Amino acid sequence: MQDDDNERHKIEAPVWTEEQIRKRRQRNLAIAWTLAAFILLFFVVTIVKLGGNVANRPM
Amino acid sequence: MSDTAYSNDRPKALPQGGEGGAADFFELLKPRVMSLVIFTALVGIALAPGGIHPVIGFTALLCIAVGAGASGALNMWYDADIDAKMARTASRPIPSGRVAPQEAAVFGSVLSVFSVMTMGVLVNWVAAALLAFTIFFYVAIYTMWLKRRTPQNIVIGGAAGAFPPMIGWAAVTGSVSLESLVLFLIIFMWTPPHFWALALFRSGDYEKVGVPMMPVVSGERETRRQIMLYSLVLVPVTLLPGLMGFAGVLYTGATALLGLGFLGFAFRVWRAEAGSRQDKAAKNLFAYSILYLFLVFSLLLVERLLGL
Repeated sequence: MQDDDNERHKIEAPVWTEEQIRKRRQRNLAIAWTLAAFILLFFVVTIVKLGGNVANRPM
Repeated sequence: MSDTAYSNDRPKALPQGGEGGAADFFELLKPRVMSLVIFTALVGIALAPGGIHPVIGFTALLCIAVGAGASGALNMWYDADIDAKMARTASRPIPSGRVAPQEAAVFGSVLSVFSVMTMGVLVNWVAAALLAFTIFFYVAIYTMWLKRRTPQNIVIGGAAGAFPPMIGWAAVTGSVSLESLVLFLIIFMWTPPHFWALALFRSGDYEKVGVPMMPVVSGERETRRQIMLYSLVLVPVTLLPGLMGFAGVLYTGATALLGLGFLGFAFRVWRAEAGSRQDKAAKNLFAYSILYLFLVFSLLLVERLLGL
């Protein structure tokens, strides 16, 4: 009886196919590369905006 | 009683979304539209007085491109119901089931916020505000409000496509000027004849889904007349940069010739009778209009690069 109840209350986990896992990995990599490029962009623009001013600041 | 809520009769839980690859999400950004946006924005950057550091200029272009792509994704999310019924759009990522609607909505929203904030922090806030307004205009004013309500949808909605050179200009100068307004006006006046030419040979599609494009609501004859009228306004507008002194003789002469060509194609559409001749004339005008806008902006760019 208890087992039967458990069976009914069980929530099925989604089943991912090989294709879906492959697509998910592809999406994750795309997000990773985009984030890396985003960080690099902020770094480069910061350097450009600072220019020579780092050396010129009052000590 | 409550057991019924957990019945095993419910459908097998497939993940909502998760089917699309990176290429499907890239397709949501409407890359072909984006290429014209990038190009016209680049011309805005190049023409603006004062100059800009190449890295900052590149950042501005990137933000404009991503912002335009984001509004494309939000447009595809909102219009997925009608896209599924039109031959031209049925294979887009959402109607074809490769991307879930909520994935597109989140994707578009996140990119919109990131593009505007990045523009503000790294370039300037005037350009960021213009970019935010452009995204809002395309998604809320055009897609959600006007597109399904009025045959003037693309006339007013066309403003969204006309903003990029103005944003590019603002990225350099931090302001909006009369010159950038002229660049805006060129695209703004170009949009109606361009899209109505498309609508003439695709009106069946639009009619099927109830989008009140001009040929569906006012008829093909009136559409052909409106195309001619807008073309007659467009050509003088393209000559304004020369008259205002921020374009030279090469631009003015070549644009005048290209404009005559545009008027020729528009005239053929206007005089064509309904049927296959009209479709052919409309297809020719549609194809020429893309080349025309590209060449007009190329001339501005080439003149500036050559220092003419």
